[in-house]
Amino acid sequence: MHKDQPLIFELSKPGRIGYSLPALDVPAVDVAQVIPTEYIRQEAPDLPEVSELDIMRHYTALSKRNHGVDSGFYPLGSCTMKYNPKINENVARFAGFAHIHPLQPEETVQGALELMYDLQEHLKEITGMDAVTLQPAAGAHGEWTGLMMIRAYHEANGDYNRTKVIVPDTAHGTNPASATVAGFETVTVKSTEEGLVDLDDLRRVVGPDTAALMLTNPNTLGLFEENILEMAEIVHAAGGKLYYDGANLNAVLSKARPGDMGFDVVHLNLHKTFTGPHGGGGPGSGPVGVKADLTPFLPKPTVEKGENGYYLDYDRPKAIGRVKPFYGNFGINVRAYTYIRSMGPDGLKAVTEYAVLNANYMMRRLAEYYDLPYNRHCKHEFVLSGKRQKKLGVRTLDIAKRLLDFGYHPPTIYFPLIVEECMMIEPTETESKETLDAFIDAMIQIAKEAEETPEIVQEAPHTTVVKRLDETTAARKPILRYQK
Amino acid sequence: MLHRYLPMTEEDKQQMLETIGVQSIDELFSDIPESVRFQGEYNIKQAKSEPELMKELMALAAKNADIKTYPSFLGAGVYDHYIPTIVDHVISRSEFYTAYTPYQPEISQGELQAIFEFQTMICELTGMDVANSSMYDGGTALAEAALLSAAHTKKKKVLLSKAVHPEYRDVVKTYAKGPGLEVIEIPYKNGVTDLDALQAEMNEDVACVIVQYPNFFGQIEPLKELEPIAHAHKGMFVVASNPLALGVLTPPGQFGADIVVGDAQPFGIPAQFGGPHCGYFAVKSALMRKIPGRLVGQTTDEEGRRGFVLTLQAREQHIRRDKATSNICSNQALNALAASVAMTALGKKGVKEMATMNIQKAHYAKEAFVNHGFDVVFTGPFFNEFVVRLNKPVAEVNKKLLEKSMIGGYDLGRDYPELQNCMLIAVTELRTKEEIDMLVKELGDCHA
Repeated sequence: MHKDQPLIFELSKPGRIGYSLPALDVPAVDVAQVIPTEYIRQEAPDLPEVSELDIMRHYTALSKRNHGVDSGFYPLGSCTMKYNPKINENVARFAGFAHIHPLQPEETVQGALELMYDLQEHLKEITGMDAVTLQPAAGAHGEWTGLMMIRAYHEANGDYNRTKVIVPDTAHGTNPASATVAGFETVTVKSTEEGLVDLDDLRRVVGPDTAALMLTNPNTLGLFEENILEMAEIVHAAGGKLYYDGANLNAVLSKARPGDMGFDVVHLNLHKTFTGPHGGGGPGSGPVGVKADLTPFLPKPTVEKGENGYYLDYDRPKAIGRVKPFYGNFGINVRAYTYIRSMGPDGLKAVTEYAVLNANYMMRRLAEYYDLPYNRHCKHEFVLSGKRQKKLGVRTLDIAKRLLDFGYHPPTIYFPLIVEECMMIEPTETESKETLDAFIDAMIQIAKEAEETPEIVQEAPHTTVVKRLDETTAARKPILRYQK
Repeated sequence: MLHRYLPMTEEDKQQMLETIGVQSIDELFSDIPESVRFQGEYNIKQAKSEPELMKELMALAAKNADIKTYPSFLGAGVYDHYIPTIVDHVISRSEFYTAYTPYQPEISQGELQAIFEFQTMICELTGMDVANSSMYDGGTALAEAALLSAAHTKKKKVLLSKAVHPEYRDVVKTYAKGPGLEVIEIPYKNGVTDLDALQAEMNEDVACVIVQYPNFFGQIEPLKELEPIAHAHKGMFVVASNPLALGVLTPPGQFGADIVVGDAQPFGIPAQFGGPHCGYFAVKSALMRKIPGRLVGQTTDEEGRRGFVLTLQAREQHIRRDKATSNICSNQALNALAASVAMTALGKKGVKEMATMNIQKAHYAKEAFVNHGFDVVFTGPFFNEFVVRLNKPVAEVNKKLLEKSMIGGYDLGRDYPELQNCMLIAVTELRTKEEIDMLVKELGDCHA
């Protein structure tokens, strides 16, 4: 029986404090003298009253109820849960990076601007694009930024009727959502039985109203869109732009660059490919790269290198505006830069080679036990279907929950939507063969359990601090905050 | 190749290739057409060893003047505050920072509970019913508030006070282009939103009125007078708020705000050149099912034990795709955790004490400027920032301050032509009397 961890509010006791503020060294102005009474808070916010040790124990207990990459294998598809190097964390905490104000005079932040500029240069080379902005805070934010630039580009050409963005049926949910926020309508293009975009369907949906096609390559099935140049031609011939969702870039470092595949706009997820880290859900960083014809539309300011050092350029009349206060998630960009500099060109090449080797190895070993809907080389991730197990009364959700008992974070499940009982597995390059083998063994055991003792799987997890949670009641009668 | 992040051995590789049934890794890339294959290596810097890179980046960081070494009077949305040491120790626990979104609640109870506590603290501070798990930052949270208002009211006009942070306003304007919202800026008068000008623009088409509290100039907006105007035609009342100030100020929720957003950076998050910070988003319960971003809810497991899950996900992009209320996926979870730890450390007593100290120090500074003959531009009640008019360009003055190892305030002339030579000065609890006195002394003969 696991012990519950009380809420911090339940640990609170009036009369305890957990802070240390300097003594007031100026005359103690009475707040009531300088703020009108109706603007002075009458009832204090009910924040916890606890000692420093109470806090540390509380969060340590919570951390033990959480699984991270450092805790164990985390093959969450499309999320690239690779090792987060510790040097990144140290570098981001240097006073000269952590404690600089975004509005300081430029001459006092030359080191920061230099890092940003050099990171942009590296990302340009890696993506094959002509210019990069570091402003977007995350992947979805980058998608929206890229789409707003595409919109501005079309409008600058007097082309106001391009109202549609095409996304494949395998696309990440953020793609259509970003299209909506950017004011576009989404059109879905079908995949073929081979798991690639259906070119005939693409030809059918593309037209004078096409603003862009958003594509992940390799796609979310882990398959490389071999017809990418033809697709680019179809979209470009219709006057549309090609958008690259960089969530899966880990699959093609040094192998293929979006810029060479015909893409006009690219976003990257620095918290995925470039070891962000993921932070329990963020912060991320979603830089966007563009080809020359879209460069005037980059959000302002841009980071430039001049004769007297680095500077921020606000004089950009065609810019889509600002997408974020200040210059992006600098702290995450510092980590990504540190990573890229730790890997170098040959390191990044090895990253992709091992990521793809690991995925193919797992796929081949598991193909005997689970349905493999797309039987060809995968890239950095692959999908399995739990169709066979479903017939035995064991759902993919059950398999995922059973994996928890083995100490693993399960794969992404029920995505992409076009695969029945889908499991999307991405091992990453930082995992050893021993780890992969152990996970494969667990998956094989679960497949056997599904046949022989399905209730073990259906009732999983058995070892976690809580059992399956009632999500229906959580949504029907939401309790979203603590109340005494 | 040998690299400390890559565990693959030659032997492993051979065994794995054999299992796959290929001769080389290269074969696995045979599906990438030659025409798009990248040949060779990236033309980027060669890798550096750990100690060499550490040394290089330490030198790069040292090129910057940090605000822990140089006393800073810069605020304008990012503040130099006390960060309890414990914050970094908690967020450095890798169970938190190497995890992702808590999709699997059974092994993510720690993160989920921490977010649930964060949501509660934000509700407490803002006086709102529901808070989400975080947004990118205050500016994008404000833009999403405008979009939510428009979607909820089915109206297209946004009235945005010019006393709102200029960069926040820029972000709102960029976002507004998507759904085609019209953004009308409302002028300020004596440093707060001009009520008459606002009244003049109010009509049935207004989706929301947006003000900041305290506003960009540090002034306390008259929410009590603003609220009835904002609500007169069934529009939303949106308030961007510095959550630290709410340790002392009446929360916007009590004045009838429908949406309160802001940035939790003052709680435990370093300036780090503007990001990552931590947007928050809080609403009245009527908007609960339309709020953007992740929400954590309390529930029970099969054995009746309390637990936490991501909930009301039908709002979100991974379920609703193009019908989602927002496209946000990754948020600022780790910074929400940092803010939670800081809010917990400060607690009920400390948050008030720290906010009060900001008021006291800023008022001491203001008085000192007045006593030295300076024109303090706005005379209304303020929190920890105020505006001083100088007799020469702010950039020039700041250069001089830098020679004395100080970082001066923000140049308001950059955004407000009528405020040329005006400096926005922030005084937090970390500025000492000595530093304040020195600032006043160094600016000595610069009064207009």
